[in-house]
Amino acid sequence: MTRAGFVIANLFRRRTRTILTLLSVIMAFLLFGLLQSVNSIFSSGADFVGATRLFTQARVSFTVALPVSMVPKLESVPGVARVAYLQWFGGVWQTNTPLIMFALDPQRYHDVYPEWVMPEEQWQTFERTRTGMVAGRQLAKQYGWKIGQKIPISSQIWPQKNGSKAWQFDLVGIFDGKDEEWQKRTNQAFIQQDYFDEANQFGIKGRTNFFVLKLAPGANAETISKTVDAMFENSPDETKTQTEKDFNISFVKQIGDIGLIVRWILFAVFFTLLLVVGNTMAQSVRERIPELAVLKTLGFSDGSVLGFVLAEAFALVLSGGLVGMVLASLAGAGVEKATGGQFLLSLNGGVWLIGIVAIVLMSVAVGLLPALRARRLKIVDALAGR
Amino acid sequence: MSEPMVEVRNVTKVYERGRQQIEVLHGLTLEIPKGDFVALMGPSGSGKTTLLNLIGGLDKPSSGEVRVGGVRIDELGSSALARWRAHNVGFVFQFYNLMPVLSAEGNVELPLLLTNLSAAQRRKNVAVALEVVGLADRAKHKPRELSGGQEQRVAIARALVSDPQLLVCDEPTGDLDRKTADEILGLLQVLNREHKKTIVIVTHDPKAAEFASRTLHLEKGQLLEQAA
Repeated sequence: MTRAGFVIANLFRRRTRTILTLLSVIMAFLLFGLLQSVNSIFSSGADFVGATRLFTQARVSFTVALPVSMVPKLESVPGVARVAYLQWFGGVWQTNTPLIMFALDPQRYHDVYPEWVMPEEQWQTFERTRTGMVAGRQLAKQYGWKIGQKIPISSQIWPQKNGSKAWQFDLVGIFDGKDEEWQKRTNQAFIQQDYFDEANQFGIKGRTNFFVLKLAPGANAETISKTVDAMFENSPDETKTQTEKDFNISFVKQIGDIGLIVRWILFAVFFTLLLVVGNTMAQSVRERIPELAVLKTLGFSDGSVLGFVLAEAFALVLSGGLVGMVLASLAGAGVEKATGGQFLLSLNGGVWLIGIVAIVLMSVAVGLLPALRARRLKIVDALAGR
Repeated sequence: MSEPMVEVRNVTKVYERGRQQIEVLHGLTLEIPKGDFVALMGPSGSGKTTLLNLIGGLDKPSSGEVRVGGVRIDELGSSALARWRAHNVGFVFQFYNLMPVLSAEGNVELPLLLTNLSAAQRRKNVAVALEVVGLADRAKHKPRELSGGQEQRVAIARALVSDPQLLVCDEPTGDLDRKTADEILGLLQVLNREHKKTIVIVTHDPKAAEFASRTLHLEKGQLLEQAA
């Protein structure tokens, strides 16, 4: 027998109680892992994008389209090197799989986003083919799309002039990302803005949701942002210009402040866990006061007895926490695989690190008070049941 | 007369219970030679267990000296006293106080976790201790699978395993029937005679006291011989 063996034996003195407590710890850390991953997805867009691009949208909301005719004015702003624009298409693959899909001007987009890697002739074919579509590597791989195929896509928003929401595009290129971060985002597809303008039933023509302003080297993003918004102030198409990073964050925050929501959910989960595990530990110490006194009688110091109780709390939270985090990893990887990488729920190193810190803090929080009580026990009083 | 194992000099012990101060021992002096087997008897509240706790280093006197094996244990700090107990004294309680989650051998091995012995050496010592108390065949059994007498034998093996010179036993047969009690007391007698352990037991049972080489009577915190 070892000290660790003694700790584990004590942990399972009431098997049912310990298993139920372990399950609650596992569930809490499973939720923690998945929610932290969700949180990092919603904030990760900002992590890798440099401030080399600005996003301009309608001041009211990006759902209000702006005229493409603004492009020359935008390009005339000093410091703006090139402008691309994107229109949300709302594509759906087969019955119910939403796609991240935009209508755009291929050449402009290619100029503004050199991060996308695709053979030049495919960019040129995309530009020349009015029904052309290019897809990210992940997306093409997930659905088995090959260049030259006709891809049927329906739109959640835009019917064609014949009233049908079923569109068909020619896949003319498959693009990849220049590095791992961009490769993770090759779950998108792009179509021709010109074709979209002509074919949609609503007659939405020459309007777009966002402009992407590529900045010249050394340009001051803040000044350009103010200049652009001032240019269109008091016009029918007032704008809001922000960095790509801020845009990504504010886009996500339309759903809500995900970080705040996640933090509150986790606070509730861990607070409940604190009560559950804390109560288990307190009960466990309370019901074996005489045993702890015997340990001291045998020569275990006050510190050793404190250590035994803390070790029990740590073993309980650590085992439950690790199982929960591993399950979260498996579940996250499963979701990521099932969605072809559209939901990057795999637990990264950061989430694991926070998880380990949470395990340590939780162990101390639930174990410290019972451990101190055990440490302070006076042998003669405890043996006499006082 | 052989050199003393236990020397208690002019010891008083005062407990505070709320606002009340209760003096349990009043200037008690006592000497127990090495290899002695002493029974402490007396009515409830006479201070028997208090005296035993002081001799075993579980508590400290309010005044006076307690010297065991030449060490002033009343002057030791909490950690030093714990270390001293681990190496110098074995305890046997009325209700055995075994760890229910551990087997008999696990319980006996517990004090050895405080030593530097290897796992193999610990196992060997445990086997010897269980052999001495006649429970080698019950090593893997949990306390709930043992009878009261067997549990008390395991408790004695636990007290013996680190080879202390002093055993203190608080009502070791108080929870046992006559026959089993006699077996346990016989075992203590063997430990005293053959293994030269100094033994102090507290008991209410005059028959139990007969197994000891001498009996001391306490009343109202004083030894009767002293009071006389």
